[in-house]
Amino acid sequence: MLRPYNVFNHMKIGVLALQGAFAEHIVMLSKLGVETAEVRLPAQLDDLDGLIIPGGESTTMGKLMVDFDLLEPIREFGLNHAIWGTCAGAILLSKDAHREQPLLSLMNITVQRNAFGRQKDSFEAALDVSRLYQDGDTREAFHAFFIRAPIIDSVSGNAKALISLPDGRIVAAEDGHLLATSFHPELTGDTRFHEYFLSLV
Amino acid sequence: MEEKKSTFAVKKGLAQMLKGGVIMDVVTPEHARIAEEAGACAVMALERVPADIRKDGGVARMSDPDMIAEIIETVSIPVMAKARIGHFVEAQIIQELGVDYIDESEVLTPADNDYHIYKHDFDVPFVCGCRNLGEALRRIGEGAAMIRTKGEAGTGDVVEAVYHARTVFGEIRRLQNMPVDEVMTFAKEIGAPFELLMETRELGRMPVVNFAAGGIATPADAALMMQLGVDGVFVGSGIFKSGDPAKRADAIVKAVTHYDNPEMLAEISRNLGEAMVGINISSMPEEDKLAGRGW
Repeated sequence: MLRPYNVFNHMKIGVLALQGAFAEHIVMLSKLGVETAEVRLPAQLDDLDGLIIPGGESTTMGKLMVDFDLLEPIREFGLNHAIWGTCAGAILLSKDAHREQPLLSLMNITVQRNAFGRQKDSFEAALDVSRLYQDGDTREAFHAFFIRAPIIDSVSGNAKALISLPDGRIVAAEDGHLLATSFHPELTGDTRFHEYFLSLV
Repeated sequence: MEEKKSTFAVKKGLAQMLKGGVIMDVVTPEHARIAEEAGACAVMALERVPADIRKDGGVARMSDPDMIAEIIETVSIPVMAKARIGHFVEAQIIQELGVDYIDESEVLTPADNDYHIYKHDFDVPFVCGCRNLGEALRRIGEGAAMIRTKGEAGTGDVVEAVYHARTVFGEIRRLQNMPVDEVMTFAKEIGAPFELLMETRELGRMPVVNFAAGGIATPADAALMMQLGVDGVFVGSGIFKSGDPAKRADAIVKAVTHYDNPEMLAEISRNLGEAMVGINISSMPEEDKLAGRGW
């Protein structure tokens, strides 16, 4: 359930800053009054309440997570903290990306990379996000950017689909305090997904 | 649900995902694989790296479509390719191959001495070079969704990359500090579209992602450009003209991540083998410089 802004004041959220659109997430979090930190090394996870893994290239971030010994510390962090992955971040949270690359394997989801095609197939669209609220009302659509985006091609265990396209393809899923979106709420001015994530912290 | 493709925001969005990363020049699928394994966030497919274009002379053109297609097959990261300045048919062909970004590049021989490509007409986004803010905003006006400061390609000498980045950031600072009634005259002086200049003034930065290019040869060079304020780096000849390309590529990627951490940079810079030999730009005849191409 979404909560009013002032409840986020006491939180400190890290944004993985190995590569990608981490600055955009920091801007969104700052709008909500949340303290933020860029995470590049394991010790920087220590005093965080939650972590965002931004969009970027999942192969680049995965490799750097291995190089800087972040894979295991983030896995442990994810056992009892909220983590949200957008696009490449969603790939890294998944159990399987149908390709050999380092993954956190924290969420019971599998993903298909570049599922819509190459850049010329990237698109923006208005998504129905009424499911983020539990009152059953219809809400204003969320303007979403899909950039060489993955789709979540299966959910299992406790994971559940949160937002789907009209054709049924899953583009947002959650698994306890873990959240994955295949699109980029950080590229809009709309903080609703950031607020939703903070409600999982 | 209505899907809109190829909007300017979607074009710009891919560049935002490349930030904090290294885009590497590659001339074969094997190079592309090495670049991807080293952590490149994208590769630039071209026929010869700039150092070889300089050495060989002659006309430098778009690469063989077959080579570009093979590189697209080989890697999962975005693939860029270069078209000559003003050569919109090379750009049409490259777009057809499915590349993710087109670089209208001064490194190739210009096809038009007066005009650039009208880039809004294309579905695929463009990146273009600049030496100053006016040039950057003219390119954005034509539709470029990403900018790179030019530097001097194929030299391994970072001095021009630094000069161009400092020029752009200096002009943005000047713009932000001037009263609004002086902006139109500034637009006239630097040959920039007024509306884009106003947007830049508002944002305090260029309205699209801005990488550095041209002469970056070491992890320290890459971190220098990042500390100056660019969003990421292109490395051309610096990797595959060095003694140990895989190791150097890996180190430059790490240096861009830890650009403001000297302790990490000291570790990353160790034992990388020979850097590219390079050409000292101060001893280079003016007519050999590529950065002057672009109008």
